[in-house]
Amino acid sequence: MTSGPDPRGTLDAVYRLEGARIIAGLARTTRDIGLAEDSLQDAMVAAMQRWPSAGVPANPAAWLTLEAKHRAIDRIRRSVSLDEKLGAVADDERQRTRVEIDSGGHDFDLIVQHEGIEDDVLRLLFATCDPQLGREAQVALTLRLLGGLSTREIARAYLVPEQTIAQRIVRGRRRLADAGFDATTPSESERLARLASVLEVVYLIFTEGHAATTGDEWVRPDLCVEALRLARMLTTLAPDDAEVHGLAALLELQASRLRARTDASGGPVRLADQDRGLWDRLLIQRGFRSLARARSLADAPGPYAIQAAIAASHARAASDADTDWATIAELYRMLSTVAPSPIVTLNRAVAVFRAEGPAEGLRLLDTIADSPELADHHLLAAVRGEMLLDLGDTWAAAVELRRAAELAPSERERELFEGRAQEAGGPREG
Amino acid sequence: MLIAMRFLMTTNGGGPAPDEALFAEMGELITEMARSGILLATGGLGQGQHLTAQGGSVSITDGPYAEAKETIVSFALIEVRSPEEALEVARRFWSVVGDGEGDVRPVFGPEG
Repeated sequence: MTSGPDPRGTLDAVYRLEGARIIAGLARTTRDIGLAEDSLQDAMVAAMQRWPSAGVPANPAAWLTLEAKHRAIDRIRRSVSLDEKLGAVADDERQRTRVEIDSGGHDFDLIVQHEGIEDDVLRLLFATCDPQLGREAQVALTLRLLGGLSTREIARAYLVPEQTIAQRIVRGRRRLADAGFDATTPSESERLARLASVLEVVYLIFTEGHAATTGDEWVRPDLCVEALRLARMLTTLAPDDAEVHGLAALLELQASRLRARTDASGGPVRLADQDRGLWDRLLIQRGFRSLARARSLADAPGPYAIQAAIAASHARAASDADTDWATIAELYRMLSTVAPSPIVTLNRAVAVFRAEGPAEGLRLLDTIADSPELADHHLLAAVRGEMLLDLGDTWAAAVELRRAAELAPSERERELFEGRAQEAGGPREG
Repeated sequence: MLIAMRFLMTTNGGGPAPDEALFAEMGELITEMARSGILLATGGLGQGQHLTAQGGSVSITDGPYAEAKETIVSFALIEVRSPEEALEVARRFWSVVGDGEGDVRPVFGPEG
């Protein structure tokens, strides 16, 4: 028995699989990302009008691509008065491609896989991750144009009203329109700067999913999945850049633990307490492979590769007790030289604490105690609390852990630290 | 909720022997899947052993195999967001491969 494909589901699938390429290809032709996206949206509407009655075409991706192209021509026609000749060419092409679509020919490759389409997709990423857009617009536009997510889906993922995301996209698109779609080949330094910005945006999407800063949920696997997919795309779009593979390795390895990071009630489970049997071996293997690739491409590892190496050390340990904390402490030391930040020192302090003991860990913590970035950060208090607990200073430990609970960004983490504080004993709350 | 779903696409034997052009097209298709960020793993399967467990004893034989067209010869593990997306990937795969048969089936994780 055969069943006809579901029009809506197929359309969503094609949009997700091919949307970025269609938009990138059209943006190159029209030099206008907004027009490219609008044309694809028009084509989606047309598909929903036609497919339910006429049936899903034999090659839905080709259908959508050509329809989007025609819609772009329509839009250009409407906005400028083209001379007769250009109109005739367009009509002629429209007629020819109509025949191709209706006959269900497998001409898909010719349309979407033209020479250089991957470069176009990368340029589209450069555009949506342009630092001038601001974080929120970068994230929204990247998820929308490259991830194939609808405005509603992005809003749901970030727990904000749909209208908010829609506004960010509109504002971002306006800025993109002002900038135009740059189809030229950037200089190497420009390319690296743009790429760094892309990696940052992808990582930002992942970290929001990995430790949500808003809402009741501790993790949002959907955002992690999207970021991972973008990182995997990037490894094929910029295969010779070490940090691209470093980021992919980092995300694969961190994502491998997603299932184990949440307990049955949705609460967070610390790395030390995780059931390592739940770690995804396939993602770990993929992470190792990407890390090896990153290492083979650069003499000195960049920040993402170093963080991936840290994640790989955890992945290699059969249990928390087996963890090679000395190596991890050394990797954090390296990280603190290439990408110094109080948070890196905080993590380094944890590794040093585990490798050498609480006194050495606390000494490192003291170096960042006055850092304004960490003044109200729950993790500084949490880590200090754990170290003090290990030293046997339960009273001071409980004070720090309660403070961590007060500062925790999510309800789930608050419960975790409150629980630790109670285990530590010390003064009662209030 | 957008959660990644894994699907195993398998192809059965018994189709026309692949020629160079088909290999090239398949390679292109695999690259394309990797470019979309959906391909997790892929591979081909050789002849192996057949195992039968019955009443506590396990027997291993070199056959008999089911008909070639009922035996899996290659697989691709993909990560997508919906069954329709998996089906669209599979449809595209078969439009390149030509005559033959195979399956696309959801994969359940350890959490079940």
